[in-house]
Amino acid sequence: MTPFDYHAPKTLRSAMRLVQEFGDDAKVLAGGHSLIPSMKLRLAAPSVVIDLGGVAGLKRVTAGNETITIGALATHYAVESHRLLPSKCSLLPETAAEIGDAQVRNRGTVGGSIAHADPAADWPATMLALDAQIDIAGPDGERAVAASDFFVDLFITDLQPGEVLTGIRIATPPENSGGAYVKMRQSASGFALAGVAAHVTLDDAGNCASVAVGVTGVAPAAYRADAVEDALVGQGIDAVADAAAHATDGVEEFQEDHHASGDYRAHLARVFAQRALSQAIERAA
Amino acid sequence: MPVSKSVGARIKRREDPRLIQGLAHYVDDIKLPNLLHVAILRSPYAHARINGINTDAAQNLSGVKSVVTGDDVKDVIGGIPCAATDPEGFPGIKVPHHPVLATGKVRFVGEPIAAVAATDAYIAQDALDLIEVDYEPLDAINSADAAFADGAPVIHEDWDDNMAFTWSIAGGDVDAAFAEADQVVSQRIDHQRLVPNPMETRGVVAQYLPGKDQLNLWSSTQIPHLLRTQISVMLSMAENHVRVIAPEVGGGFGCKLNVYAEEALLGHMAKYLGQPVKWIEGRRENFLHTIHGRDQTGDVELAVKNDGTILGLKYTVSADVGAYYQLLTPAIPTLTGLMLCGSYTFKNVEMNLKAAFTNKMATDAYRGAGRPEATYLIERMIDVVAHDLDLDPLEVRRKNFIGKDAFPYETGTAVAYDSGDYTAALDKALKIADYEALREQQAELREEGRYLGIGFSTYVEICGMGPSAAMPAGGWESSTVRVDPTGKVTVLTGVSPHGQGQETTFAQLIADGLGVDIDDIRIIHGDTDTVQYGIGTFGSRATAVGGTAMVHAMGKVKDKVVDIAAHLLESNPQDIVIEDNKYCVRGAPESGLTLGEIAMVAHVGVELPEGTEPGLAESHFFEPPNFTYPFGTHIAVVEVDADTGEVEIQRYIAVDDCGNIINPLIVEGQVHGGIAQGVGQALYEEAIYDESGQMITGSFMDYALPKAHNFPRFELANTVTPSPVNPMGVKGVGEAGTIGSTPAIANAVIDALKPFGVRHIDLPLRPEKLWKLMQET
Repeated sequence: MTPFDYHAPKTLRSAMRLVQEFGDDAKVLAGGHSLIPSMKLRLAAPSVVIDLGGVAGLKRVTAGNETITIGALATHYAVESHRLLPSKCSLLPETAAEIGDAQVRNRGTVGGSIAHADPAADWPATMLALDAQIDIAGPDGERAVAASDFFVDLFITDLQPGEVLTGIRIATPPENSGGAYVKMRQSASGFALAGVAAHVTLDDAGNCASVAVGVTGVAPAAYRADAVEDALVGQGIDAVADAAAHATDGVEEFQEDHHASGDYRAHLARVFAQRALSQAIERAA
Repeated sequence: MPVSKSVGARIKRREDPRLIQGLAHYVDDIKLPNLLHVAILRSPYAHARINGINTDAAQNLSGVKSVVTGDDVKDVIGGIPCAATDPEGFPGIKVPHHPVLATGKVRFVGEPIAAVAATDAYIAQDALDLIEVDYEPLDAINSADAAFADGAPVIHEDWDDNMAFTWSIAGGDVDAAFAEADQVVSQRIDHQRLVPNPMETRGVVAQYLPGKDQLNLWSSTQIPHLLRTQISVMLSMAENHVRVIAPEVGGGFGCKLNVYAEEALLGHMAKYLGQPVKWIEGRRENFLHTIHGRDQTGDVELAVKNDGTILGLKYTVSADVGAYYQLLTPAIPTLTGLMLCGSYTFKNVEMNLKAAFTNKMATDAYRGAGRPEATYLIERMIDVVAHDLDLDPLEVRRKNFIGKDAFPYETGTAVAYDSGDYTAALDKALKIADYEALREQQAELREEGRYLGIGFSTYVEICGMGPSAAMPAGGWESSTVRVDPTGKVTVLTGVSPHGQGQETTFAQLIADGLGVDIDDIRIIHGDTDTVQYGIGTFGSRATAVGGTAMVHAMGKVKDKVVDIAAHLLESNPQDIVIEDNKYCVRGAPESGLTLGEIAMVAHVGVELPEGTEPGLAESHFFEPPNFTYPFGTHIAVVEVDADTGEVEIQRYIAVDDCGNIINPLIVEGQVHGGIAQGVGQALYEEAIYDESGQMITGSFMDYALPKAHNFPRFELANTVTPSPVNPMGVKGVGEAGTIGSTPAIANAVIDALKPFGVRHIDLPLRPEKLWKLMQET
């Protein structure tokens, strides 16, 4: 075992101080579902581990009339089981319930998953579809970045050295909104072979006033399917099939391995875009 | 066998409370003073020369006690044994030396090269990184076809090709059958490589007691006695100075029916170092260096009449057996050969097997061991015949079934099916399924563009292994039944379980047989210093063979108990009956004696009938006259998503006939797990080695096991056709689910895709594969 120093700060301020002090030698630990396996397999060997688990206030999930907040240390289960979320934004608990198994959901964190940016993780699709703001603390203070600017490439996010993801903010969807997340599980890991999150708000005529679609598992990073959105705004459920056909427009590189070819993943993205949008519109109506 | 108080009752497993409370002791729970921890350096190359190994840095790491390489042990530890190498059975067989640690060359990824013993497991693991091995990589072979190709690199250089062995079986007149046929139906059938994946990986603890010259070896094994014999040979120790203990064993599925490098290596290290040593296999090690299953690919030809009558079968097959043999490697495909005729009457049959050495882990017995290959092959081919002749697959089955009056029935492969009624099981399953309604529903859904499939498997398998003459290392089994002075009963059984529930089923048999409360019975197994020699638990043999040995030993005890009771009650033995757990004269229950009262007399020794020995313990070694042949019908109903190719199992009906049933709960549990494992082969599992010989499915992130959410609620039932092979009329049920389910699912999925002109698809039936087939039409 490669020895490492373990720090368990109690406040975000002291956590940030440690992150500055140790720089690249340090890894930040949240739920431990990405870092610990990497260390166990000796793929990662940080000399310092900074455990955010004891930092006060980072585990909270709130669902207000204006804003939904998810602390970086909130577990998937905390989102899945939140009392108010099914009525305020059912897409969040629906996505949480698709992650791993009960043990994983009880330990793994939303913030950790987003910061790790596995190309097949579930949360990125939903965060994109909900236009989430990612809150980040760094040496120069705090900043927020839109989900659509956050997921950059394979395991690469907009997080800079010395920065820590502190939470996620989502504007509480208005009335006449609905969302859905549809995925196929990679049969071994349960990660998304392809996953599509859709969120719509309908106008009084039942057409889409706004549409947002996030796609995961298909490209090196999760992405917003802009072409689908453009094709569906102002349209109703009858336009979904045609719009969904654009789910992989602009994708230059597809994920490919022995579980599925790029072609198949692209096909699934289009099928699931149609299913997720149809469900989202039905729920919004 | 009528249901009495215990036998036939749904009794919860007596072993479960300790298992679910964490009170059981597995190998990793064995703690000994001064214990050293062992880690194994394994080859990262599939095929490479070793030009040198430098262990200096590892030796010098603080906490490291010893580093052992192949050169250190090659003269003191014998080769890893294989029990099935008889050249009469396997003409031309090549038997390569199989060292515990590689010297000169490595032949598969994961092959052990060196072992480190250190004061903790982390230091041992760290030390592995400090061992420098000078490898010279060689081209690797990842399939039988590649092994047989012209110019292929030779894996064992004592010979000039990679042909490991051949094996053939033939019965009847195959040429005449094919001459008489209206059609020959052909199909290439592949049985992919699988990883057994027991919940508990392997593990070994070894302790040497110099004062007694005794080696104690704890191992997660299915065969403690056979392992003891082999370890004593490998380490040149007297067998009666070696004690093997199989503590709680967390599953095996056949992969622990073996002798592995680590078992001998740790035994040697404990003696050499003078300190006990422990090695617990990691999951990734398990993927690489615990035996695999299946990996046969062959061409099947069926000679058929236009009415669906099957006249004969030819199977020309290659087996990829990996780089070395493990204990039973060559024997596994022979079980395929024996069962090629399935439930059907044709007797003209021929199988010609070529086995290849490849740069992969050895194949060996994995749940079903050879029979799933036979069953999948024949059950799949029945549906191919139905497809080609435009017949209902059910009618093809019925037309060719062996009739219930034909038993005992000798097949074309010269095995004698003990008993059966295949039509009864099929009819019962069809009734549960409501078959006609399912076909109607299928037709309606197809109109809507939805693809429902109905698949059958009317399997028969070979169990209760087996007569010694047909086994590589003895097929009998042993038991001792002894009664304490206070009437508590202890059973020593040679069938050391690893999840089968013998502590419950065997106690049920004793409780009824001796008239004693089930809580007063203890079943002891797995310790070679305590239990008389036995063979072990595999091949669905524990109850049929081990249970029979116990019933015979119990009978001897009971005879003596009855004699003593008759003497004490001043009656005749033939008038003694057991009522309410008391031995009494028929019609006079008030004067009855308990087993404890009689046992006390037996041990005090003064009131015994003349000529009766004191004490109350008997042993029996049972040699079965035949195998048993369980059978049944499985029906799978699946829907294939037209847009994605995903398979949803909507219903699963299994009617299994395992003869008489001692505990329905345990039988159902075995069937549940078996179905899941067979479905794993049909839909999810595949051990893939790439062209460089790297295993790209070497973890649970990439090797898909079936999961609970993949299944509907199973609809189970039984027919009961007692076996004449043993006095209990039992057959065995450990593998039936696995054997029956793979073809049922495959046939259902292929039936679903019939509108797309699909005739056959190789396993596993992954969504992308199915989606592509649906795109092609």
